[in-house]
This record gives sequence, structure tokens and C-alpha cells, in this order.
Amino acid sequence: MAINWFKYSSPSSFYPLAGKMIPLFMTLAVLLTLGGLYWGFFETPDVLSDQKQYYRIIYVHVASAWMAMWLYVVMVAWAVLGLIFNTRMSYMLASATAVTGAIMTALSLWTGAFWGQTSWGTWWDWDPRMTSQLILLFLYIGYIALQSAIEDNRRSDRASAVLAIVGLAVVPVIYYSINCPNPNECASLHQESSLKRVEPNILIAMLVVTAGFWMYCFAVILMRVRNIILQRESHTQWVDRLKDKK
Amino acid sequence: MSAFFAMGGYGFYVWCSMGMALFLMLLEPIVLKIQHTRLIKNIQRQKRRQAARSDISEQ
Repeated sequence: MAINWFKYSSPSSFYPLAGKMIPLFMTLAVLLTLGGLYWGFFETPDVLSDQKQYYRIIYVHVASAWMAMWLYVVMVAWAVLGLIFNTRMSYMLASATAVTGAIMTALSLWTGAFWGQTSWGTWWDWDPRMTSQLILLFLYIGYIALQSAIEDNRRSDRASAVLAIVGLAVVPVIYYSINCPNPNECASLHQESSLKRVEPNILIAMLVVTAGFWMYCFAVILMRVRNIILQRESHTQWVDRLKDKK
Repeated sequence: MSAFFAMGGYGFYVWCSMGMALFLMLLEPIVLKIQHTRLIKNIQRQKRRQAARSDISEQ
């Protein structure tokens, strides 16, 4: 199947495509998230190992934490594509991803604080996992701030793309903070990644909610990228013609 | 039903987490939708202004 991918690297053909895909992703997001939460609240035991019902924070906590990291990788991928091919669309997608990434990171810290207060008795600790997540939030904020500080779009795109790539250094830190080779060496409150030991129903609910969050991210990133296109291309003829139809 | 919302005494923590997720994930698309409508209005206004200007220059 031959698809001309470069066709969609132009804003004028990406804009209508994105518009068609938003309702699809939003519907999937609502169905998967609500379905996953229903399963997670009604079809699961009330305890997870030594944790009581407060463990149910896990559904939004894990989903948002995974999305926070994943969206950073996605953002860097778009930034790298932009630097290599110098395509405007890639840069626009990178900056559209940043805001949703920051929101997901903030949500994971918020839900983590409530979980921490119940299971460890503290809202916050400078534990490696939490600290690296906070740095991730600052990286997103730094990216957004840098981009809005430079007026010229081409310059701000390139500068923030480089910043995003440098920020990738936090990814191995995050990885080792939850997969510590020797727990005595990294004093950590946050438990290790322990997917294999989770009760299957809880795991299924968690994965379905994560899929829902992912669809949600697709939908809002496409919504934002359409707004960015309108802002940046408002002077072009195709945007003019577009409004004739509406 | 109230037992469900009590979450074994941890309702505050569970619902504050779920509530914030709901709040942010409703707010973000709503803000984007408002922004979108505004952008389109601006473009249409600009277009009308340009049309009016070219009418004057033709006279």
C-alpha cells in the first residue's frame, strides 16, 4: 500500500485530516476510560497486596505517568523529524504535544501526592522517582516557555527542539529510579515497577484506562495542532478558502 | 452506594485524584474548542475587512 506520507506534512492537507480524526479518538477515549474505570472499581478486589481501597488511584496515576513519559518521547521524535526534514508540521506537532504532556505530568504528581499521603503518610518526598517526574514537568514548562519567548516561529521551533533533545537525559534517570539494580543503593519510597505481580483484573483495568488516556492525548493534540495551524497560516490562501465552506 | 463513595474511609484521596483527572481532561478540550472558535472568528473578520477595503479602492 503506497501512502504518500509527505502529503500530510503540509498543514493544508493535515488540517482537514486531523479534523476528521478528532471525533473518532475522543469517542474511543471516553469509551475506553469509562470502561476501564468501571472494571477497575467494580470488578476488582478491595485490596492490592497490603494496600486498601486507596490503591484505586492507580488507574489514573499509572495512566497519566506513562503518558507523561511517552508524550515526551513523542515530542522529541517530532522535534528530531523537524530538525532533519525541516517540516513545519513536525514542529507544530511537537509544540502541540508539550502542553498535553505537561498536563499529564502534573496529573501524575497530583494523584501521586494523594496516594503517597495514604500509603506513606507524606504528600511529597525527594525520592528519585518523584524528583525525576518533577524535572520532567520543568522540562515541559521550559520547552513551552522557550517557544513562547522567541517571536520568530522558525527560530523558536529549532531552539525548543534542541532543548527537548537535551532533556532526553532524564529518561534513563526515570528508568533507573523504578528499575533500581540494587535497592540498597537507591533509597526509594516509590515502589519498583511491578506489573507482573498485580492482580489480573486490576492490570486489565489499568491498561484499558491507559489506552483511553492515549486516545484522549491523540484527540487533544490534534485539536491543539489545528489551532496552531490556524494561528501560523492565517495569512495563506488555503485558510481563506477553508473559511468559505464554513 | 455511600459505601462505594466512602472507599473504605479513603474516599477523600480517591475522589480528589479522580476529580482532578476529570477536571483537567474536561478543561483542556473545552479551552481548545473556545480557542478554535475565536481563531475562526478572527480570520473571518479579517477577511471581511479586506473585502471592504478592496471595495473602497475599486470605487
